[in-house]
Amino acid sequence: MLAAILVMALGAVVLGAALGFAAVRFKVEGDPLVEKIDAILPQTQCGQCGYPGCKPYAEAIAKGEADINQCPPGGEEGIRKLADLLGREFKPLSAEHGVEKPKSVAVIDENLCIGCTLCLQACPVDAIVGAAKQMHTVIASQCTGCELCVPPCPVNCIHMQPLPETLDTWKWKYPVYQLQPVRTVIHHA
Amino acid sequence: MAYAPHISQPVSVRAVMLKVLAALVPGIVAYVWFFGPAILVQIAIASLTALAAEALMLRLRGKPVLLFVTDGSALVTAWLVALTFPPIVPWWLTVTAILIAIVIAKHLYGGLGQNPFNPAMVAFCAMIVAYPQLMSQWPRAEMNTFEPMLRAIFSSDRQLDAIVMATPLDALRTILRDPEQRATIAGILGSHATFGNIGGRGWEWVAAGYLVGGLWLLQQRVITWHVPVAFAVTLAVIATGFNIANPERFVGANFHLFTGGAMLGAFFIATDPVSGSTTPLGKIIFAAGAALLTWIIRSFGAYPDGMAFAILLMNLFVPLIDMHTQPRVFGHRRKSET
Amino acid sequence: MLELFAFPGGVKPDSHKEESARTPIVPAPLPPLLVVPFRQSATGGVDIRVQAGEQVLKGQCIGSAEGPFGTCVHAPTSGKVVAIESRTLPHPSALAAPCAIIEADGTETWRERVPLDPYATDPAQLRARIREAGIVGLGGAVFPSHVKMNARIDTLVINGAECEPWITCDDRLMRERAPTIVAGAAIIAHLMGAKRILIGIEDNKPDAAAAMRAAVAAVGQGEMQVISVPTRYPAGGEKQLIRVLTGIEIPYGKLGPDFGVQCFNVGTAHAVARAVLHDEPLITRVVTLAGNYVRPGNVEAPIGTPIDALLALGEPKADTDRIVMGGPMMGFVLPDTSLPVVKATNCLLAMSPTLFPPSPPEMPCIRCGACTRVCPMVLQPHELYWHARAKNFGKAQEYHLFDCIECGCCAYVCPAHIPLVDYYRFAKAEIRAREREKAAADRARERYEFRKFREERDKAEKAARLAAKAAETKAKLAQEGAEAVIAAAQSRAHAEEKDSS
Repeated sequence: MLAAILVMALGAVVLGAALGFAAVRFKVEGDPLVEKIDAILPQTQCGQCGYPGCKPYAEAIAKGEADINQCPPGGEEGIRKLADLLGREFKPLSAEHGVEKPKSVAVIDENLCIGCTLCLQACPVDAIVGAAKQMHTVIASQCTGCELCVPPCPVNCIHMQPLPETLDTWKWKYPVYQLQPVRTVIHHA
Repeated sequence: MAYAPHISQPVSVRAVMLKVLAALVPGIVAYVWFFGPAILVQIAIASLTALAAEALMLRLRGKPVLLFVTDGSALVTAWLVALTFPPIVPWWLTVTAILIAIVIAKHLYGGLGQNPFNPAMVAFCAMIVAYPQLMSQWPRAEMNTFEPMLRAIFSSDRQLDAIVMATPLDALRTILRDPEQRATIAGILGSHATFGNIGGRGWEWVAAGYLVGGLWLLQQRVITWHVPVAFAVTLAVIATGFNIANPERFVGANFHLFTGGAMLGAFFIATDPVSGSTTPLGKIIFAAGAALLTWIIRSFGAYPDGMAFAILLMNLFVPLIDMHTQPRVFGHRRKSET
Repeated sequence: MLELFAFPGGVKPDSHKEESARTPIVPAPLPPLLVVPFRQSATGGVDIRVQAGEQVLKGQCIGSAEGPFGTCVHAPTSGKVVAIESRTLPHPSALAAPCAIIEADGTETWRERVPLDPYATDPAQLRARIREAGIVGLGGAVFPSHVKMNARIDTLVINGAECEPWITCDDRLMRERAPTIVAGAAIIAHLMGAKRILIGIEDNKPDAAAAMRAAVAAVGQGEMQVISVPTRYPAGGEKQLIRVLTGIEIPYGKLGPDFGVQCFNVGTAHAVARAVLHDEPLITRVVTLAGNYVRPGNVEAPIGTPIDALLALGEPKADTDRIVMGGPMMGFVLPDTSLPVVKATNCLLAMSPTLFPPSPPEMPCIRCGACTRVCPMVLQPHELYWHARAKNFGKAQEYHLFDCIECGCCAYVCPAHIPLVDYYRFAKAEIRAREREKAAADRARERYEFRKFREERDKAEKAARLAAKAAETKAKLAQEGAEAVIAAAQSRAHAEEKDSS
């Protein structure tokens, strides 16, 4: 009996020492979980989640302060990936934080722009070029569609345009059984 | 159809299943020849129950009933259950077994193509554990016993001593383990009425029938050589090895191959595509593992024929086997790189 | 005798080549109106160089190549550009893109043509000529050929296999224009430094092989060989043909030149010869009319010809219900026959319910493994199917989804008639879209981080400036005394007031 207790106690001491050593020797700087969460988030930096950017939201999720279903640009797929990573239950997108919308880019109507630079300051990724009293233009390829530039514009010259499908971005659709078989309309020249 | 390719081979799931049924016929013919037509009654009960159960489950799951009920997979399961069970089990046992196979082992896992375990073997194992007495009453060969058999199936009159006899494997096991009878294998095989030329009397012909059917399936490319060859070779090698080491205790390869469910298992049960391995090397490992386990259970285990348990145990390992036996992709080197 | 290798898998469907290969290539009559899409290659954009109302000559460049992956587009005949507008493309997406609508004037007046001597011209100029001629892979991939010619290789493979059933355009081209093909092959080999040229032709095309052998013998180039390869679909796939002729296996992610080999279709080689030796850009192509026609055969059609004009030549029978662009294994159903012929149109297959019965409904996969036995890339098609169907794209990539060449062998043999290739195409498209999104997200993150850094830096600089200014003022105060500083500031302010009034 005594032998058993001693063996168990010795085992506990040895394992505890090993864990303590590992905690010190192999300590990872920074919080890798935040990086992993941030890698999943879409980097739109729109603030719809309630946090000023994707990194703060990632930190909040890691701390457990925020739920995983607050990011509309990430959409359902983003929530599923976060659920997988963190081992939490999937939840549908929280309605109070927004709805999933097709990707759009901001477009400035150059006839109306007065060069006030308010939108330049609002854009979180510096996707708008221009200067005071100069024309402002959105670099479409850098625009994340966060819509933060739309409210500040005093002349309402920015609107969001959904991205059209092009030959380079077109996707094959998920196969479904064709109830109506596809036919070719044959014209006779 | 909008999807390429716009041509395809004239094959279908139903055609594959019907070929399997056709390949079982030689074995069934031998069965009827030696043990009477009771087996046909069992096959009929099993088939009807299977189709009804399948139709009901499809209805409950909201799937198109006629399309799936006629694909032949329920019939294959039914015939395999009927052929692995004793032909004199009561009708309600057959019905229960089929319900377990179709409803639980097949549809509750998702239906055709989704079952991780072989449905017929799940039913067999469930029944042999639940009703060991009933499942170990096998008929004597070459006797005009149809009437008593029918009575046994449909009524509770199971006065069967006249027609029942232990299976060859069962007989062998009982006699070998009985310390009173200091028997040797040669002695048993020679003297006991159960034993025929190679395996059990009558049963060896049934196994030969399955072999013929199985070879036809091979020729028709419904199955590949990997599973039957690996199963038979492994069983033969292990049996021969131990037989040479201790001929008193371990019976030879011939016997193992032509008794019990070995031939049926090698060609029809272990080859079940849904629950078996899909890679060529994986099939070999699966079949070899099943053969090894069958031999172990037969030689050391509590059940006379271990094939059903062996198959289910190997079904457990199939995902692992598949993961580690992936063939080399064209252009890639062995130590997998993307 | 060259040692041939085997490629794994493959199927042998009925080839149905006799009907359309019997008759020579017929030139299609010039239609009154041609619709020429500006985007006809797999990659790259096009700068539109004409406007509505402009007169164009035959072979005139109407769209120039944009970027290193771009290729040019030309007017197939002389006439007037009636309009530049968006029209539906003959593409599975049925998307619309800008096209030049050209009204033919019937004179077929060529622009000025300047032949080049390939052996006296430097390689960069030859490649530029091939790019300007708008030459793309005519085997069906329509990848810009000049990009493929950017490397030095040992072995040049010319693909005359044409493994897909019903298609015979390459067969007829080899029978009738072998010398031009051989000349083109020689030019490409010279350009890429290839020491030997292997022309692979399936053994179901003996006449084509004979014609090509005669042409090679006539030229007398020792390093050029015509080799009959066993008929098996997809022996004409680039990776498969390279494997058969050289034994080299090329995985996804690597290219032929990494192994010293490159492969071009016979039609492409033919176009290269015409472009270099005669300065004729790619403005026509041979199209096979096969299937449910009264008069199957091959026609040489100007790019931009409406497909129904070609159908009129072949006369589809009354029970034709589908026209497929491409072959029966890899082609797609055209929604409409008013679409134009483009550089990718190798075959117009007329289908009827008797000749091409509709596919039975899709059954569940029973993991029978028939697909694994025929996959030429030794993949596990059923695993790819399960994961693509479950939208588990990570797992699909683990099973080497992108190695799939979309040949269709797996779907051809599947007893459950599952449209396997379409699941893979769906999965690949989704994965590519996600990779694009990830790349965009990474860029956005970088820009966001830089913006934060920039703001911090500006703040710090401003603070530093203010601190320096404050320090300066303090120093002045200490030196001169408060009254002197205030007096100086007052006089400055008075002076400014005077200036501004």
